[in-house]
Amino acid sequence: MNQENLLVGLAGVLAAAAPIIFAVLGETFSERAGVINLSMNGTILLSAMGGFAVAYNTDSILLGFLAGMLIGALVALVVAFASITLKQSQVAVGFVLALTCRDLAYFLGNPYMGQAGPRLQALPIPVLSDIPIIGSLFFRQEAITYISFIAIYLAWLWIFRTRPGLMLQGIGEKPAAAFIRGANVNLMRYVYTVIGGALIGLAGPTYSLAIRAGWMGTISGLDGIGWIALSITIFGGWNPSRAAFGAYLFALLQWLGLVLQPVLTQVPSQVLQVAPFPLMILTLLLVNIGNAEWVERALAAMPETTRKFLSKLLRAMRASPPAALGVPFERD
Amino acid sequence: MNVELKNIHKHFGNVHANKGINLNIPSGTIQGILGENGAGKSTLMKILSGFIQADSGSEIILDGKSVTIDSPADAIHHGVGMLHQDPLDFPPMKVLDNFILGRFTGGLFPNRKEATQDFNLLAKEFDFSFDPESYVDSLTVGERQQLEIMRLLWLGARVLILDEPTTGISASQKSKLFSTLKKLPEQAMTIIFVSHKLEDVESLCDQVAVLQAGELVGEMKPPFNTSKLVEMMFGKVVTLGERQPVLTNETMLELKNVSLEDVRLKIKNVDLNLCAGEVIGLAGMEGSGQGMFIRACAGLVRPVGGRVKLKGQDLTGKSYHAYKNAGVNFLPAARLEEGLVPGLSLTDHFVLAEQPKGIFIDRVAGQNLAEDRIKSFNIRGTPLSMVESLSGGNQQRAELALLQDPLSLVLLEHPTRGLDIESVIYIWSKLKERCRQGASIIFISSDLEEILQYSDRVLVFFSGKVSPPIDAATTSVEQLGQLIGGKGWPEKGGSHA
Amino acid sequence: MLKGRLSGFVFQLLAFVLALVFVSLILIAAKASPMEAYKNMITGSVGSMRKFAEVLVTFVPLLLVTAGLLITFSAGLWNIGVEGQIVLGAIGTAWVFRQFVDSTLPAGLIITLAIFGGMAFGALWASFAGALKTFGGVNEIFGGLGLNFVSTALTLYLIFGPWKREGVASMSGTEPFPDHFSLPQLPDLRISLWALGIALVGVVIVYFILQGTYFGLKLKAVGKNFRAAYLLGIPTWQYSMYSFLICGALAGAAGAIQVAAVYHRLIPSISSGYGYLGLMVAMLINYQAVWAIPVALFFAALNIGSIQLPIVMKLDSSLAGVLQGVLVLFVLLMEGVRQKFVKKA
Repeated sequence: MNQENLLVGLAGVLAAAAPIIFAVLGETFSERAGVINLSMNGTILLSAMGGFAVAYNTDSILLGFLAGMLIGALVALVVAFASITLKQSQVAVGFVLALTCRDLAYFLGNPYMGQAGPRLQALPIPVLSDIPIIGSLFFRQEAITYISFIAIYLAWLWIFRTRPGLMLQGIGEKPAAAFIRGANVNLMRYVYTVIGGALIGLAGPTYSLAIRAGWMGTISGLDGIGWIALSITIFGGWNPSRAAFGAYLFALLQWLGLVLQPVLTQVPSQVLQVAPFPLMILTLLLVNIGNAEWVERALAAMPETTRKFLSKLLRAMRASPPAALGVPFERD
Repeated sequence: MNVELKNIHKHFGNVHANKGINLNIPSGTIQGILGENGAGKSTLMKILSGFIQADSGSEIILDGKSVTIDSPADAIHHGVGMLHQDPLDFPPMKVLDNFILGRFTGGLFPNRKEATQDFNLLAKEFDFSFDPESYVDSLTVGERQQLEIMRLLWLGARVLILDEPTTGISASQKSKLFSTLKKLPEQAMTIIFVSHKLEDVESLCDQVAVLQAGELVGEMKPPFNTSKLVEMMFGKVVTLGERQPVLTNETMLELKNVSLEDVRLKIKNVDLNLCAGEVIGLAGMEGSGQGMFIRACAGLVRPVGGRVKLKGQDLTGKSYHAYKNAGVNFLPAARLEEGLVPGLSLTDHFVLAEQPKGIFIDRVAGQNLAEDRIKSFNIRGTPLSMVESLSGGNQQRAELALLQDPLSLVLLEHPTRGLDIESVIYIWSKLKERCRQGASIIFISSDLEEILQYSDRVLVFFSGKVSPPIDAATTSVEQLGQLIGGKGWPEKGGSHA
Repeated sequence: MLKGRLSGFVFQLLAFVLALVFVSLILIAAKASPMEAYKNMITGSVGSMRKFAEVLVTFVPLLLVTAGLLITFSAGLWNIGVEGQIVLGAIGTAWVFRQFVDSTLPAGLIITLAIFGGMAFGALWASFAGALKTFGGVNEIFGGLGLNFVSTALTLYLIFGPWKREGVASMSGTEPFPDHFSLPQLPDLRISLWALGIALVGVVIVYFILQGTYFGLKLKAVGKNFRAAYLLGIPTWQYSMYSFLICGALAGAAGAIQVAAVYHRLIPSISSGYGYLGLMVAMLINYQAVWAIPVALFFAALNIGSIQLPIVMKLDSSLAGVLQGVLVLFVLLMEGVRQKFVKKA
């Protein structure tokens, strides 16, 4: 492979990761506030379809993206209402929505199947795009890809550097402690779930109006992306930069699958496409194993120095979810 | 700041937690609030700090102005800050972030430089040493308290409430805390110090109020009369019938040099010989180590050192189920969380507790078993009643009815908490019956009367220290109360029981 | 008690009506007549014997999966990996068939072996999710999802790799198995009474496990209060594992039937989403085994009834999924509303 192809491929990886990044960031916000939005897989499909349909009918790409975000926000609102106000299982409601929104996308998207619609064009940035290597890697992308770069930074900045972001961390960690510091816990949970939903909803049009333009129904290849994004959220340890790393890694592995196909002819391409998944499970195992009870029991039986070393190691690997994830908050 | 509480009432459902409390705390005072668990101390303080609201008719007056406190944030606006018993901070976050969080002024980006300066200044003033960039989970409980006190002062607290602040901190941290607190009244700060530790209250406070069963039963200024305070805290004396010791010489449980450890507490080198038929009561304020101790006897907590033997059989390090098979039964305090399964009926519970063999449920046998148990344990319910629909006393009887037969050792946490006197007497008659059949009992209770009445010997726990076994028959409530409050312990007390 | 049950029924009825109204609005938005769509779905599912037989073909795996999920739900587990367990059941069955392609053993014996093979594979796959949960601390939802993707990859690998068709591999699946490897079907209908029998036996066994055995009682105790169950002396993690194994075996049986009675080969999407649909059925019936048969039948009828929508009304057949999902969603929401009402009263 020559350098040109390599650069184009890697630039493609950056673009392909953009929707996953939006989705993972959205889920990170939601879970940081304590709400699991399991509907992600359906939301992405529905917002992809909805975004495309709106852009097709209005001929406005911007309206298409906004429509996708609105859809994501509405679905998240249902999750928030069911879990915060009605105190139903977040997992149950999210799962049902994941399936229902998917089918709704297929149903309502039927008339748009295979239609040619508007699509986002690449937007090379003057001057910067002429820098050798870096220019063609980073600065000849579509606008939405630039936005994904900025979004990672802004999300990180918001959560770890701003005043409300600190409070967001607190709400997910110990709602009672956030409450005594003046937070309206349940209102904030609504707000972040809905904002997170809007970000998840941005992922859909990023596919249907940019990197896989058009709506192809069941063969869009989008079914499953949401579940992947959900695992990347865990892998990312609820940290935007680590999550973005996970998204890029995933996109890179998928691209490698395509590139390596001519070399590994005996392995079907479909297999290479899902190959990152066993790796995902393995990483989940590594970040979670410190939480298992038998590990604690085994550690208790070990000599003191070994025990201290091993528990340190496990703690370093562990990605701890926000302590109050999925736990309803009441004042008394 | 001058704090005046007028006619404070608070109901939780049917429970009347605060019954018209009136208290006046002049500015610059260190006010002690004493009372046993459940006396209503925490409720009162949560009302003052805005965590919960008092019933209507109650009034809080700060510096002569009647105020409504809707939330903790509101409280701090009025200058009232509270340090909670379990530090309400964020362990995975940085010290400085914890410090900044909740400060209302400033823009989107907190001014970390300024905050660091203020932080260091405050730390210097009180002689605390922290790295603001370190993480809270690397701090001790005592340091987390210091951080929280600094934060509240930074927010402008003029009244500082401390709820059981000396639980879980070291002696040197305690003396540092006290010297800090003693400095504050000079700046017209008011301190409210809630504790069950007589010694702490006596050495720190300018005046003390004692709560009992939701009422303010007395106030005192130095010099303090310890036995008077104990009497006010533990209140009336109820006769519970004759003591009936059932003692044998056969050793049931043997603990040799057992050490236990969790995040907050360490219990070191406990030795104990429990005879068949003997009852040992564990006394101490909640969280002093007795919970961990009884769970270790049940096989739920693994000792980090020493050996546990039951009837000569070494059970050290074995699982809870091995203990259970050896004849150890444990009844936890949280009945619906740990003891019973909500959603299953009484019959289901009795059937499960029998460790049934076979495949198919014998409904007739189950029904008979349930009817039999319900009758012999006088449970108000039917075999098909779901356990969550029973009253507390009936749930407790149901738990007792779940005990295996035969049995070597019964471990109980608060076996009669919240029950009426009739149930208490009934439950103990059932337990004593077990003793006559050769079982031993270890139980935790915060009711000193109950401990002295039903135990043969008593172990007192205080901050992880364990007293030598005390003969219950020759001990008074007052002596026990002093030990629980940390008085009368040998200076360099090893914890040999 | 009766009043509680009555109010529960009223709210469920309300949920059903709201779901119908909601879906009708969607249909109107799609410029279609709701009444016509519903009519088509009814005639498309129970309009003829042939169509009803198709409903039963869908009903069989759905019922098996639902039955299995009732076991894991009873143990308090969200076995989302059930989808992959169906796939592994199909792979296991196909693998056994491949071993006996040239065998002279009686076909009945081979089919029996193949179905048991499928159940074993399904149980094995479920045990992975169980082990990840029990020993690795990985939530069964994420472990299960991951394993679902792996199972899809495995199917594709087999179809395009070692088990590929003579000549060129394709998405249409492996070479069909010989005719005598099929479960006998009714004349002119695709439904096999054997398959139907297996499914009904499966759900009846699950019903009795949950209602009439000590095992089921212990399982429920573990699901309702893990901690108290442990203190009562139940070996809790073993019971979690058992529930995974049973559910995996039943899902494996569903996959086995897809191979032995429906497709007669391994195809890429052999599970047809029955795993996820089974989760919905289990949620809708609030984990009560008695309702599994009618509700699974209803969902199967919706699936089949929607097949002719594209032809007759130019509507996508995913309307069935929308209707099913909206129904479950409204039942969950109304349950929340009911609880709020009860609390206030």
